[in-house]
Amino acid sequence: MRTYAGHSSARESNELYRRNLSKGQTGLSVAFDLPTQTGYDPDHELSRGEVGKVGVSIAHKGDMHELLDGIPLDEMNTSMTINATAAWLLALYLTVAEENGVERGSLQGTTQNDIIKEFLSRGTYAFPPEPSMRLIADTIAFTVEEVPQWNPVNICSYHLQEAGATPVQEIAYSLSTATAVLDRVRERVAPEDFPRVFGRISFFVNAGIRLVEEHAKLRAMGELWEGLGRERYGVDDDRYLRFRYGVQVNSLGLTEAQPENNIIRIVLEALAVTMGRSARARALQLPAWNEALGLPRAWDQQWSLRIQQILAYETDLLEYPDIFEGSKVMEGLAAELVTGAREEMAAVAERGGAVEAVPYMKTRMVESHRERMRRIESGELKVVGQNVYTAAEASPLQEGEDGGILHVDAAVERSAIDALDEWRAGRDAGAVEEAIAQLGRAAADPGENLMPCTLAAARAGVTTGEWAAALRDVFGEYRAPTGVGDAAAAPSDDALSALRDRVERVSEGLGRRVKILVGKPGLDGHSNGAEQIAVRARDAGMDVVYEGIRLTPARIARTAVDEGVHVVGLSILSGSHAELIPIVLNELEEAGANVPVVVGGIIPAADEAALLEAGVARVYTPKDFEISRIMGDIVDLVAEHYGVTAAPA
Amino acid sequence: MSADSPKELGLRLRERDRSAAPRALNLIEDRSPRGREAAAALAGEVSPAALGGEAPAHLVGVTGPPGSGKSTLLGALVAHWRERGRTVAVLAVDPSSKRSGGSLLADRVRIEHDPRDDGVLIRSTAAGGRLGGLAAATREAADALAPAFDIVVVETVGVGQSETDVEEVCDTVAVVVQPASGDVLQFLKAGIMEVPDVLVVTKADLGEAARRAQRDLSAALAALGSRDVPVLAVSSLAPPEGIEELARALEAHRERTDVGERRLRSRRLSALRELVAEHGEGAVRKLGGRREAERLLSTRPPEESVSDLLRVLEAGA
Repeated sequence: MRTYAGHSSARESNELYRRNLSKGQTGLSVAFDLPTQTGYDPDHELSRGEVGKVGVSIAHKGDMHELLDGIPLDEMNTSMTINATAAWLLALYLTVAEENGVERGSLQGTTQNDIIKEFLSRGTYAFPPEPSMRLIADTIAFTVEEVPQWNPVNICSYHLQEAGATPVQEIAYSLSTATAVLDRVRERVAPEDFPRVFGRISFFVNAGIRLVEEHAKLRAMGELWEGLGRERYGVDDDRYLRFRYGVQVNSLGLTEAQPENNIIRIVLEALAVTMGRSARARALQLPAWNEALGLPRAWDQQWSLRIQQILAYETDLLEYPDIFEGSKVMEGLAAELVTGAREEMAAVAERGGAVEAVPYMKTRMVESHRERMRRIESGELKVVGQNVYTAAEASPLQEGEDGGILHVDAAVERSAIDALDEWRAGRDAGAVEEAIAQLGRAAADPGENLMPCTLAAARAGVTTGEWAAALRDVFGEYRAPTGVGDAAAAPSDDALSALRDRVERVSEGLGRRVKILVGKPGLDGHSNGAEQIAVRARDAGMDVVYEGIRLTPARIARTAVDEGVHVVGLSILSGSHAELIPIVLNELEEAGANVPVVVGGIIPAADEAALLEAGVARVYTPKDFEISRIMGDIVDLVAEHYGVTAAPA
Repeated sequence: MSADSPKELGLRLRERDRSAAPRALNLIEDRSPRGREAAAALAGEVSPAALGGEAPAHLVGVTGPPGSGKSTLLGALVAHWRERGRTVAVLAVDPSSKRSGGSLLADRVRIEHDPRDDGVLIRSTAAGGRLGGLAAATREAADALAPAFDIVVVETVGVGQSETDVEEVCDTVAVVVQPASGDVLQFLKAGIMEVPDVLVVTKADLGEAARRAQRDLSAALAALGSRDVPVLAVSSLAPPEGIEELARALEAHRERTDVGERRLRSRRLSALRELVAEHGEGAVRKLGGRREAERLLSTRPPEESVSDLLRVLEAGA
């Protein structure tokens, strides 16, 4: 039982962990901020507005020492949500243990370390696919020998569902990822060690509100996993064949409207992964009810922890053998999913496996997500409080002065930068230089395991940004496919035709087609919202410049001007809008672009007013779930801004 | 609005003022009657007559099937040119026209570059549904950029027709293919596609596959009697390979080409094609047929712009 936590500085997160441990939490789940996840130091241009936002900032081993201060590492099970830079954060963790006199062999925990889903959904990748896969294989080969109780990878289906994957896609793409990883590790370990490696692979799964189907999904995954182990990898020891998974339940279905209802959704989703013993989650973490509003506070996390404690200690869930054994309905559902997933896995294999099939999988997911959005908009898929039963009493939970969410102190970034300067000044520059040079040499030799020199760099006081930069120099930069270009055109309906007519009329008035720039400033890689807007804008007849994630304000301004767009649409989910958007507006102004800017994302009401005040033309939040309406609104905005008419001729 | 007048924009482009380029392109894309008029005026401002000769820029066409690795290749080429102090504008043209009329641009061609570098400009545009196709959509834009940049790249996707269209606008055309694609080889052999000036095989990091493709293409070109067309293998992945050789091959092609002659020929061709696009084949018949129309064009001074030539043809038809 644990809650995914961490924010601001290492010191503040350490206090939070100690409080949570005293409330009965049995492990740590560390959330890192986006610069740490993508390999940038707090003083990098891309880190602006992101330091300490969605997790803790860890720039070097000193930060890691502070984060873990006073926590008995040999008794902890520590889960780190870290992927592109997993090898590095693991090295920092091992270094801190070493310098505190704790044996590596006694360390238990997990590094998420699944890069494919970063390309598909979460966007916090740092290197191109092949070198990223090599880093994963290196950490597995290293930990199997050196840190035997560590789970070096946690294959995530979670983020696939969050990005719109159907249950079949979720199963197929995550298992295809697992085989891509295992195929590479097989080349790096002795054959007799391989069954043990197979046994160390664990999964991180999502559970949505359709709890019966979700339970069947887990049974299907277990069956397929065992089959893969036996058939593809020749593993026959039952201990290693068990499908081990942890769960974070669905955030995609949590609503901003009537947010108190989310706690009910979370309970039901937790039930989906605990009710049948033979497919029960080994670790469970629950989101907070107010995630769609902003960052959860300590109290919100406590409420989610209590759900787990009540399920475990008050209900009789854990007293029985598998309650679905022999259920025709459950078996039938699971069999259906197994069949569907096998077909989809074959489609991935045909394209050369998960790494090669990233563009294919991405496009399929963009299409699934669009279908889900369409069903919600049309009312086919009912979401209580959002598209049905929308009349409600005001929620007393949001009445406090904080509006029901956590506010991170903006001074965190400044002090992190100052602390970093101090750290750099205080270390042995020669040792740092040598460690970085060694990293570059090792990176250029694909046969060498990168963990030993990564550990040496951690010990020498190298920073997160320096480690990643050394590897970027050799591996190159990379931009993942967006999936939007190949997404099939939407089926036409009346609403879309009407929208197209409006776009056509405004385009005629403008002289050229309405052109929109869609992109994500900052480091937040959750791009499905932006992708849906881009695809819908195209379907509505606009010319769409979609530049994807990780755009600096300078880049946005330059593109807006050079591409001659009529409107700019920006999406931010990391909470860095308050810092980043005004910088973008400023850059646009300096570039001489008089272009209206609309912003979408998880934006608290108080911030919304501030953004409008700063010059943003429109703000959209998760409660604006009707994309067609947003599109219409943008067309009107363009018409108004450029003085043309959108009215029927 | 005087800052955006064709005369003012033309002047600034001739002075190599980069900030005039996006506005000039907005104007060129304007399909309203007033916009067309302004675009024609701008074309005059950047015509060889106004420039006192052909624009010195190298107009490079880059085309190839989807997924051939054009955007990473272009990223590496742009970086190479910038390191040598040459300024570059890239026009990425999406020729697909969709039912809705909308297009997803830029996603296809994501060229990494420093946004604060004034020596690079990237513009994506949808040519779908435009009368006269890709060449008509691109010519005015390329001509407007040519006085202000050292290199103007026209990038487009497709095989078969697009390289012919690009050839009408550019001094040098490179066709980009990835090792596994047999289409280009078949198209070349069957004569469906024109022989390009330079052939590029991407993903050279794939090793043997790329070398085989390189050999097959060279053999096909030799069979067609085009032995001097270079076939280059490049890898845009870090560390990039073959980029310098490609830049040199493009440059070498330009040096051995009579650019003035090539551009003049394509201006005349464009005028004729635009006559057909706007007035139909009947207009050509009224001129006494295609050969007679070509003869009429050949009597005109070489520095006239396409719109000047079009007016001459319209007057005769």
